Amino acid sequence: MMKESVARFWREIPQRYNIIGNKCTVCGRVFFPPRESCPYCRRKSLGKMQKIQLSGKGKIVTYTIIHSATEDFEDQVPYPIAIVELDEGPRITAQIVDCKPEDVKIDMRVESTFRKIRQDGSTGAIYYGYKFRPMR
Amino acid sequence: MREVAVIGIGITKFGELWDKSFRQLIAEAGSKAIFDAGIEGKDIDALYIGSMSSGRFIGQEHVGALVADAAGFSHLHIPATRIEGACASGGLAVRQGYLSIASGVNDIVVVGGIEKMNDVAGASATETLATAADQEWEAFFGATFPGLYAMIATRHMHDYGTTKEQLAQVAVKNHANGAKNPYAQYKFEVTVEQVMAAVPVAHPLGLLDCSPVSDGAAAIVLCAMDKAKEFTDKPVKIIASGQASDTLPLHGRRDITTLDATVHAAKMAYKQANVTPKDIDVAEVHDCFTIAEICAIEDLGFVEKGKGGKAVEENITTLDGEIPVNTSGGLKAKGHPVGATGVAQIIEIVEQLRGEADKRQVEDARIGLAHNVGGSGATCVIHILEAI
Repeated sequence: MMKESVARFWREIPQRYNIIGNKCTVCGRVFFPPRESCPYCRRKSLGKMQKIQLSGKGKIVTYTIIHSATEDFEDQVPYPIAIVELDEGPRITAQIVDCKPEDVKIDMRVESTFRKIRQDGSTGAIYYGYKFRPMR
Repeated sequence: MREVAVIGIGITKFGELWDKSFRQLIAEAGSKAIFDAGIEGKDIDALYIGSMSSGRFIGQEHVGALVADAAGFSHLHIPATRIEGACASGGLAVRQGYLSIASGVNDIVVVGGIEKMNDVAGASATETLATAADQEWEAFFGATFPGLYAMIATRHMHDYGTTKEQLAQVAVKNHANGAKNPYAQYKFEVTVEQVMAAVPVAHPLGLLDCSPVSDGAAAIVLCAMDKAKEFTDKPVKIIASGQASDTLPLHGRRDITTLDATVHAAKMAYKQANVTPKDIDVAEVHDCFTIAEICAIEDLGFVEKGKGGKAVEENITTLDGEIPVNTSGGLKAKGHPVGATGVAQIIEIVEQLRGEADKRQVEDARIGLAHNVGGSGATCVIHILEAI
């Protein structure tokens, strides 16, 4: 893996730590990650995109259990990963934790939880972000 | 627009080719295509090279010029351009070559596709393939490339009752075809039981649901139709070229189990060719995973949405079926050197339309389609060809 700048990670911290999305105040659509403009309202939305905190609650649209991972995630296999549809609308790809892989199901209600995602070896940066767990 | 024909084809063996370098592979495919067409270096107006990730696979970018040099054309100073669109790089290169002739800028171009994937370790190859996905919002969280197609499969099974056996039957069919293809990486048959019992990669996909990591190159010579007869008695006309894009991450798509890029590229291509899916006699589709072939035959309109699994079960897509799909063995058995794939698909269709596909020959094949996808469906390029 090529060495990456730390800035590449920290500029995404609001999204990855707190699930900050944005909303087009022209049509009301919500986006995650935040967009520069609304793909539907186009130029009318410029300067009218408003940051919003997403609830982190949603349901599983589809999932898989990863058995063969890239080097960064090899120590975590097997792990479930899913596409979650947030209650506000946007869909998001994340790991599902705090349950057995075989318990993950389509339409299962889940909520976000702040976790360690991976680290760059024993001396590199530790990356944090969202994972999802069954709704309590 | 001018009409464009394929007048030459050349391909290397696909596989783990330890004794062959990137340069040797592309030079071999290119020279075969040039000999097949009966042209010389001075006849070539431009080169287009499809390569997904030479930078990560062999640490070499700038491969447009490298290929021209490796082919021995440096003194001719031929314009050489590398095209990238993940696993659709080869198909996109074909389209660029096609457009350059159709527009009247060029008369004869060589289109090459290549990937040398085995010069890095397996884990690095997996990581490089994952760059076709969204690095910030998919791969960062641990999604792998097979994982994305596995999520398409999970949802397809949920929505349409598609089974793991039906997925396995795609692999069985493509291996049966690959066994008849001298250039295929896997020239052996597999059974449904073997596919189902293979080690899991990303549930519900196992190792035999996945296309392999491959080395290989493919090249074709394209020529303005009005000049094609000077070189060959059997030109194969490109009657349509369609391309479309979609969201980079899978989670952004309108529908998880439909590749809208395929739907739109197909619509564009069918319209240009003035044909319907029923007119297609043979098709090469992008089966990077078994589920991908099921989605492809649905999204191309060969079968109704949701009926892809059933169609495979009913042998509609076998060599002697209603619409033979992946007669070459597909990415699954022929191999998938990513940048080469889109060009190799055209070669299979040309062989079928020339009537030179030997044991894989589809009887009376007149119209063929090649479908090449990038990533989990963010890019799609489709060509339709016709025997003259």
